[in-house]
Amino acid sequence: MDTLSSLADGFVIALTWQNIGLALLGCFLGTIMGALPGLGPSNGVAILIPLAFTLGLAATPSLILLTSVYYGAMYGGRISSILLNIPGDEPAMMTCIDGYPMAQKGMAGEALSLSGISSFVGAFFATWGLILLAPQLVKIALLFGPAEYFALFALAFMTLGGVSSTNQAKSAFAAALGLGFAMIGVDSQTGVPRFTFGEVHLYDGLDFLVAIVGLFALSEVFIFLENRHGEASAKGKTIVIGRLTPPMSMLKACTPTMLRSSFVGFLAGVLPGAGASLGSFLSYSLEKRMVDKDGTFGTGDPRGVAAPEAGNNAAAGGALVPMLALGVPGSGTTAVLLAVLLSLNITPGPLLFSNNPDVVWGLIAALFIANFMLLALNIPMVGIFTRLLLVPPRVLMPVVAMVSFVGIYGISGSSFDLLVMIGFGLLGWVLRKFDVPLVPIILGTLLGNAMENNLRRAITIDNGNWWTLIDSPLAIGLWIVAIIGFILPLFFARKVRSGMQRGDAEGATRD
Amino acid sequence: MSDRIFGVFGVLLAIGFAIAASLIKESFLSDAVGPKAFPYIIAAVLGLSSAVIALRPDPEPIWPPLGQLIEILAAAVVMILYAQLLPVAGFVIATAFAAAYLSWRLGSSILGACMTGVGTSVGIYVVFHLVLGLSLARGPLGF
Repeated sequence: MDTLSSLADGFVIALTWQNIGLALLGCFLGTIMGALPGLGPSNGVAILIPLAFTLGLAATPSLILLTSVYYGAMYGGRISSILLNIPGDEPAMMTCIDGYPMAQKGMAGEALSLSGISSFVGAFFATWGLILLAPQLVKIALLFGPAEYFALFALAFMTLGGVSSTNQAKSAFAAALGLGFAMIGVDSQTGVPRFTFGEVHLYDGLDFLVAIVGLFALSEVFIFLENRHGEASAKGKTIVIGRLTPPMSMLKACTPTMLRSSFVGFLAGVLPGAGASLGSFLSYSLEKRMVDKDGTFGTGDPRGVAAPEAGNNAAAGGALVPMLALGVPGSGTTAVLLAVLLSLNITPGPLLFSNNPDVVWGLIAALFIANFMLLALNIPMVGIFTRLLLVPPRVLMPVVAMVSFVGIYGISGSSFDLLVMIGFGLLGWVLRKFDVPLVPIILGTLLGNAMENNLRRAITIDNGNWWTLIDSPLAIGLWIVAIIGFILPLFFARKVRSGMQRGDAEGATRD
Repeated sequence: MSDRIFGVFGVLLAIGFAIAASLIKESFLSDAVGPKAFPYIIAAVLGLSSAVIALRPDPEPIWPPLGQLIEILAAAVVMILYAQLLPVAGFVIATAFAAAYLSWRLGSSILGACMTGVGTSVGIYVVFHLVLGLSLARGPLGF
């Protein structure tokens, strides 16, 4: 009952004209960003963060805007998967398999509306899952001391690499690199400067927003320049949509699939290091095992469209659970959302629920509102979004680059930050070439100082005894999970990854 | 081969990081751990993972031909110039040039690139500055 009354309070906060407007704007922009190949949820949210700040939005409105973009991008990714066989973002990769054959059979409209409804079902149940699960996780998290937090951060880094890269050494490299970036600046506990090399601009540390926008958005521009991929993917293809409502029989046949996939996707999202791509992959493979008796999957089976879409949207909601309750994001986009919270001086984690209940419940209420808006936007207005696929990257990418510059310049007004951002853009391009995942870098930059502070606090409390780190059963348990999470993918990741390997260079900014 | 070079570079980076960490001046008011310990741990992880990358390389990535590499570097140079000239030339002019350059290199015709540049620049100016009130770099002409 407590939960319901908190939720009602949340709706009171979310239902102001400003917040509804922001949610609508976020949903619309998010769908566009999801639909356009080259802009995924993580870089879409990344380029909008600085703007949310410079517009002076308060915490709850900014979060509402950005999570609407996040949910919207998850909806939007399917549009180009179905119509063009090109995933608009990585989680939508699995939708290509059955979505495109459906479109070729002249059932594009049905596929689009069915996937819209599946997305809605997935996100709807995941938001309920978030409401029910997050407070429980908070109860556990309240038992955590500094040693357990240190172990938890280590767990996040060690499991994050599991699915996001074929090479564990490269994800460990990425995490260490990110943590190294976080060390730059004045040490918060003793006040001595570290790794600043006398450069005054670096005393405050690297702004992680600069790093995020550089790594995600600018490196994408470089990738497009490298491939000289300037023409619209939709060029020369005729897009016929047809009727926009799925027949009742199709919906009925897909209902069990949607429910199962929502559950699987949600679980995949809650797990650290997984995220939406794994959610859609697992849901699709599970459905294929369970219901594909006639071998119709892959030839335009509607259930093959419903499963990954419900799965990835459910995972998007699930990924918010560890981010809000523990302060440890499990995917690229939630890492970016964590950056939003940190920049707003809100520390996610168990105390968030008691100190800032307005933020948490306002956000959750906004997710429900956004979800209904997205359903309303996506079914009748899908035609508008498909026409946007005709915007060629040679027009789109300069806009992306310039908006990134404007956002970062707007925060600090310094050219130095722009130079750092360009540096990160080039770094991101090189690392993508080497198949080094970018998300652990972001996570390291974000969490590095918190991780170090917990380490130092834990050891100082115990008078310099390092063994305190593995002193409690809870900490030992976390370390064991972390080690298993790091070792297990050495045997299994290749298999999962090769199943998911259908896309292009977008792998690096996976969600 | 690329991965081996990358790994060796990573090991050197780790050593450099550890040296830089050892040069941190410790304050007389320090906690039990001090500001150096965690950087050392990071350097160790960085070094170990780089060594593994060097010893067990992945298949060779597809490197673009020299022309495309120059393309990327040229774009980076244009962006650096943009960052430097922004306060001098003002937002609208600098952005128009930078966006036009990027659009041209992505395959627009000269005319199309100019239109994209001016359109992007004026569009961002109108939406972000005039409508939303964001402060942008002001040039000698006032915009």
